[in-house]
Amino acid sequence: MRVNLTVNGRPRTADDVWPGESLLYVLRERLGLPGAKNACEQGECGSCTIRLDGDLVCACLVAAGSAEGAEVTTVEGLAEEDARLAPVQRAFIDAGAVQCGFCTPGLLMATDELLARDPHPADADIREALSGNLCRCTGYESILGAVRLAAERAAADRAAAEGGA
Amino acid sequence: MDFLRPAGWQEALAAKAAHPDAVPLAGGTDLMVELNFDRRRPERLLDLGRIRELYEWETSPDGVRLGASVPFRDLVGPLRARLPGLARAAHTVGSPQIRNRGSVGGNLGTASPAGDAHPALLAAGARVEAASLRGTRMIRVEDFFTGPKRNALAPDELIRAVHVDAARGPQEFAKVGTRNAMVIAVCAFALALHPHARTIRTGIGSAAPTPLRAREAEDFLTGVLDEGGHWEHGRPVPPAAARRFAELAAAACAPLDDVRGSAAYRRHAIKVLARRTLHWTWTAHTSRTGREGEASCA
Repeated sequence: MRVNLTVNGRPRTADDVWPGESLLYVLRERLGLPGAKNACEQGECGSCTIRLDGDLVCACLVAAGSAEGAEVTTVEGLAEEDARLAPVQRAFIDAGAVQCGFCTPGLLMATDELLARDPHPADADIREALSGNLCRCTGYESILGAVRLAAERAAADRAAAEGGA
Repeated sequence: MDFLRPAGWQEALAAKAAHPDAVPLAGGTDLMVELNFDRRRPERLLDLGRIRELYEWETSPDGVRLGASVPFRDLVGPLRARLPGLARAAHTVGSPQIRNRGSVGGNLGTASPAGDAHPALLAAGARVEAASLRGTRMIRVEDFFTGPKRNALAPDELIRAVHVDAARGPQEFAKVGTRNAMVIAVCAFALALHPHARTIRTGIGSAAPTPLRAREAEDFLTGVLDEGGHWEHGRPVPPAAARRFAELAAAACAPLDDVRGSAAYRRHAIKVLARRTLHWTWTAHTSRTGREGEASCA
């Protein structure tokens, strides 16, 4: 079957989709977007985390057919058009929160969603927001640090913008 | 495999009547795992994602009519005050990603003995609104679970909504697992006080072939509270009675040994959770303030 959807702002079409296929498979294997990672295939690891009509979801648990007409954002959609890294991406690098990198796309998506909803998250909020994303390098402390850093920088930017206005 | 995607509820019922073998697909958090792992190859999937009314809820003084696809996220959020026990259970489901897609209707459709919503529904009092082209019927949640991953739905029926009684007293849900997130319950226990009726109700999860109420424990405690005048004077439940209540709750279990835990451990844990949730709810009842804070594993 055919699935039409919008991915990172662009209309995309996938053909010959098997009805039981996951959105993750469509993104990675049919649309050439390997940013969302394929690991547990049961929603436990969070490495395939994307936004589906704004909601943070595991792409491995979304049937491709259910995403017909949906707006999808993947980690490839975080950076600017000119490939400048998004602030959360920059913060992950600066905080040393990227080790093997496999969990990073999912964590970036979860962090992006958290900070959009709550610009000043407490540590407990960060832990809860990232609770569905596993890092098997066990780099959690640096990851928490990256989220705090991204939040601090965003706050500083807002303050500077207000000061300059 | 066919992928049916009805645009409305009547169309969905017609599709289910025409294809009783079609497997309903809501959030996908259970079904997609089975497809991904080749455990299941249904002839047809019936995607309910376009049916907006399944994502809506209606409130009344009697309770909430919860559309079958309302995600757990909304129970943790806007419905928390009305359905405190179910909100606590919902908060322990998976992760934010799972709670954004998984729903009480999906939990009921899967009918896993470990489904987190089930003990809370049993304790609160709930009815499943099952619909088909033949009409609509209400199934009491205690009659809904017929076996491991089996429920009382007829092949042409779909879950339209779940009617949950309004909470008129404190409700608790506690779950044992290895961490706070992403845990299938080793076992779970829910307790709701119903002061207007001077009764209490329970729900046990993951400690029997189906979720179930611990009826002897309920009757015992209801009797103790009544005879001791506890609803009037609000004094604590005597420790011996609390222990007996917990023992009866454990006796209601029919657990298995499996990878998540042994039968003996599950019985013991249910005993602990029963006593603990009784303490929490009764304290909340007598102080007339609900226990606030984060849902967590016990």
